[in-house]
Amino acid sequence: MTYVSLLSPVVCVCVSHFVLIGRTSAFLLLHQARAERFFRSDHTNNWAVLVCTSRFWFNYRHVANTLSVYRSVKRLGIPDSHIVLMLADDMACNHRNPKPATVFSHKNMELNVYGDDVEVDYRGYEVTVENFLRVLTGRLPPSTPRSKRLLSDDHSNILIYLTGHGGNGFLKFQDSEEISNVELADAFEQMWQKRRYNELLFIIDTCQGASMYERFYSPNLMALASSQVGEDSLSHQPDLAIGVHLMDRYTFYLLEFLEDIHPASQANMNDLFKVCPKSQCVSTPGHRTDLFQRDPGSVLITDFFGSVRKVEITMETINLTVPGIPLERFGGEPHTETALAYVDQLPVAQIIHQKPKQKDWHPPDGFILGLWTLILLVFFRTYGIKHLKHIF
Amino acid sequence: LSIRPVLSDPEKQRGRSAAVAIAALVIAAGIPLWWKTTETYRAWLPAARISELEALQLELRVEVEVVFARGTLSPEQQKKVPASRITYESCCKSKSLCLVEADHALHTLTETSCGSVVIYIIPEASALLPQDMRVYVGRSRTALLRSQVASVVGAGLPEVLAALDPQMEQVLQTMSFNHQDVTAALTDRLRPGLSTRDSLADSMRAFKSSPGYEITFSLLNPDPKHHQLHWDVEAALDAYIYPLLHKMAPVANFSVDSQILYYAVLGVNPRYDASASAYTLSADSLAHVINPVEARLGSNAASSNPVLNFLLYVPDSLHSPLIIRNDQKQEVASNAFHSPRWGGIMVYNVDGAYGNDTQFPVDIAIDMSRVMGVFLSQLRLMLGFQQTGAPPGFVLEAAGREGVAEWELDRLLWSRSVENVATASASITSLAQLLDQIANIVINDNIAQQVASAVTALQAAVAELEAGNLALALEHSREAISASERAFFDPSLLHLLYFPDDQKFAIYIPLFLPMCVPILLSLLKIFREVQQHRAEKRAKRD
Repeated sequence: MTYVSLLSPVVCVCVSHFVLIGRTSAFLLLHQARAERFFRSDHTNNWAVLVCTSRFWFNYRHVANTLSVYRSVKRLGIPDSHIVLMLADDMACNHRNPKPATVFSHKNMELNVYGDDVEVDYRGYEVTVENFLRVLTGRLPPSTPRSKRLLSDDHSNILIYLTGHGGNGFLKFQDSEEISNVELADAFEQMWQKRRYNELLFIIDTCQGASMYERFYSPNLMALASSQVGEDSLSHQPDLAIGVHLMDRYTFYLLEFLEDIHPASQANMNDLFKVCPKSQCVSTPGHRTDLFQRDPGSVLITDFFGSVRKVEITMETINLTVPGIPLERFGGEPHTETALAYVDQLPVAQIIHQKPKQKDWHPPDGFILGLWTLILLVFFRTYGIKHLKHIF
Repeated sequence: LSIRPVLSDPEKQRGRSAAVAIAALVIAAGIPLWWKTTETYRAWLPAARISELEALQLELRVEVEVVFARGTLSPEQQKKVPASRITYESCCKSKSLCLVEADHALHTLTETSCGSVVIYIIPEASALLPQDMRVYVGRSRTALLRSQVASVVGAGLPEVLAALDPQMEQVLQTMSFNHQDVTAALTDRLRPGLSTRDSLADSMRAFKSSPGYEITFSLLNPDPKHHQLHWDVEAALDAYIYPLLHKMAPVANFSVDSQILYYAVLGVNPRYDASASAYTLSADSLAHVINPVEARLGSNAASSNPVLNFLLYVPDSLHSPLIIRNDQKQEVASNAFHSPRWGGIMVYNVDGAYGNDTQFPVDIAIDMSRVMGVFLSQLRLMLGFQQTGAPPGFVLEAAGREGVAEWELDRLLWSRSVENVATASASITSLAQLLDQIANIVINDNIAQQVASAVTALQAAVAELEAGNLALALEHSREAISASERAFFDPSLLHLLYFPDDQKFAIYIPLFLPMCVPILLSLLKIFREVQQHRAEKRAKRD
C-alpha cells in the first residue's frame, strides 16, 4: 500500500488566455495509409435527379430515356432514397400502351426499363419548373417528405439528367412552360453557395442541348449534351406494335454503354465522352469540363452513376464489459413488457352499424331550371298570357 | 379631296388644355401608380452588418488554470503568486488505479466550466506518473504535466510561465483545438487544398453540424429458422448510448430507434477459407455490402435530419462463422466496419453457442455489451470525436463507460461552434448577395426577421468565443445557424421567373404604346403651335 502525498499546500495561478488562431500545429497525426484510400475522390454519397419533362403519348421516348438511366443508376448501387425521379406523364399505364405496365427501350422488347420496383417521386403535373428548382435549391415547404427532397451535403456527387424538348437556351416543361439556361446556372450557383454538392454531372438529351450548359459558372460541374446548338437530337427507332419511337439515340447508346458497367468497373469519363459519335447519333454530342477540377480521365463512371461507399475497418472498440461495476439504468425503473398489437385497420363493426348520412336538399340544377323556363316562355308566347290563370 | 374640320379658337384652346391635362395626369399619377403596383415587396435587410460578416475575424479564448504543486516552485516564486492552501492526500492500492483516482479527486477540487482547462504542474521527480510519461490527460478537463520549472532559479513568475509555454501549448492543442481542427471546421469558407489529408478524412467521416440526428439500430437476421435472436436493445441503449447522447444535448437533438429485419442478406458472397475454417469477407468487398442492405432499411420520413445506421448482422448457420479480413489479410478484432457519414456494420457470430444436433430454432441472447462497445466507438467517430493519436509522452485516458471525456466533448464543441459560425455567416452573406443580384425576388417580413436574428446571434457567438464562454458560444451559434438556414431555405425565396429584357418590352409595349402615342403626338403638336405663336408674336413686335 503506497502512501502518496500528492499536493499539500497548493499554489494557484490563473492564467487568463491562450489565443490560438494563426499558430501552426506541432504534430501531424499518422493515419496516412487509411487517409490515402479516401482521396481518390472526395465524395461519400451519391444522388441522382432524373427528370423527364414531356407529356403525351408520342413523347414515350422521353420517359423511356429517363427510366433507362434510372435503371442503370439503381443497378449500380444508388438506392431509391437517394434518387429523385420526376416523370411528367405515365406511359406504362397509359390507355394507349398495348403492353401495359411496361416501358421498352428497344423495338425487340428486350429490355423493360419500367421494372418491378420503380419509385417515382414527382409524377404527372407535379413536374414543373418550380418543383424542379425547389428540389435543386432545397427550398421546399416543410411538409415535403424525405423522398421528395434532395438531401445532399458537401460530399455528395450528384447526377442530373434532363430530357425532353428543348431549344436554344431553354427546355420545355409539360408543354406549357420553360426553364432557361440562366435559371439553371443560377440554381447550380445557389447549390454551390450552400455546398449542396461536391461534384455534379449534368447530362441533357434534347435538341440543341449544348446551349443549356453554356451559362454555367459554378465550380465542379461537368456537362454532357446530346447535340450542339442548331442541331436536333434524333430518336432512335419506332416500334410498330407500340406505335411510337421508343428511345432517343443518345440515351440508347448511353444505356448500351452503361449496361457494360458494373459496380467495381474502372471505366472513366473519357469513355463516356465517346458514347454515340456522329455516325451513330447524327447530331454531335458535346461536353464541358472546364469548370471541373479533376481530370476527366481520373473520374470513374461509378463516381456518378454508382454508389461505391468508402469503408473503414473499425479498429478501436470500447471495453464495456467491466465486471463488478453495476449497470446504471439511465431511463428510470425498468418497464414491464406489454404485449403489442396493431390498431384495427378496418373497423368493420363501426362501418356496418353506421346510419346512412342525411343528404341535404339542393335546389334543382341550373340546367333543368333553364329548360323549364324556356318551355314556359315558349308556351306563353305562342298561346298568350291568358292561359296563366290555369297554371296559378 | 379631304375635308379638314376648321376649329374655332376656343375649341382649339379647349383641345389643347385637354391634351395637356391628360398628359399631366398620365405622368403625375399614372407612372408612379404603375411603378408602385409592379414593384416587389422587399423588406429591409441589415446590409451593413451583413457586409461586416464577410470579413469575420474569429478569436478563440481558452481559460486555463495552472496549479503548481509543492516542490515545483522555489520559495521566492511562491511568494509572488496568490496562494491558496488545498490539501489532498490519497492512498492507492495499486499504481495503475492511482492515476485515475488522483485525477478523479483533482477534478472535484476545482470547478471547471465548459471549455476551460486546468493544468496541474507536478515536480519532475514525482512518482505519480510513470517514467516515460510527461503529460497525463484525465477524463475531465484536467491534465497533469511533469516539468522541471523549479530549476529556473531566480526567475520571476512571468519567466516561469514563459518557460512552461511550449509544453502548455502542446497540452492545449490536444485538449482544446489546434490549427488543423479549426481549418477543418472552416472548410466551407476556405479554398480547397489548405487542410491536410488527415483532417479532410476526419471531416469526411463525421457528419456536418445539423440540428438533429437520427440513429437507427438494426438487427439483421437472415436465418430465423435456425436462430431465434434476443437482444435487449432498450436496456443496452439506456446503459451505454443514452449517457453519451445526453452529454451531447447542447450540440444536437437525437432521436433513436431500433428494428429487426428478417431474411435480410448481405449483398456479397463470403468466401470459405479452409485454413481458418471460416467464411471471410475481404476489405475490398465490404464497399459493396452496404447498398443492397440500405434499400431495406427504413427511415423516419418526418424529418430531414441525417441518419446514422448501426447494423448488427448475425450470419446464417450455413455461413457461420463469418470474419472480416483487412488489407493485410489479418482478422479484425472487432469484426466490424463503418462507412463515413453513414454508420457501421458489425458481424456477430453465434455458431459457438450451439452444437450440431440441437433443436432448431435456437434461442440466442446477444451480448449487448460487446456489441455496444463497437457501436459506441463507431458512433463517436461519426459524431466527430476524432481518433487523435497522442503526441509522444502523452497519455490520454480512455473515456470508457461514460462514452466521452469532458475535454473531448469540449474539443467537439470548439470545432462545432467554429463550424456553425462559419456556415451561418456564409449562408447570410450569400443570401444577401443573391437577393441583391436578383431584383425580382420578394423578401417577406419573416425572412428579414430571420436574417436579423441570425446576424445578432452570430455577433453574440463571436463575442462569447472571444470571451471564452464555450457553452454560451455554442448556444448562440446554434441559434444563428438555425435562423440562417430557415432564412436561406425559405420556400418563398424562389426566383422563378427570369424575364429577359426583350420579354419585358414585349409585355409592356402592346399595353402602353397605343395609349402613349396619341398623347405624345398631341403634346408635340401643341409645342409646335406654341413655338409658331411665339414666332408670330416676335414678328409682330418687330
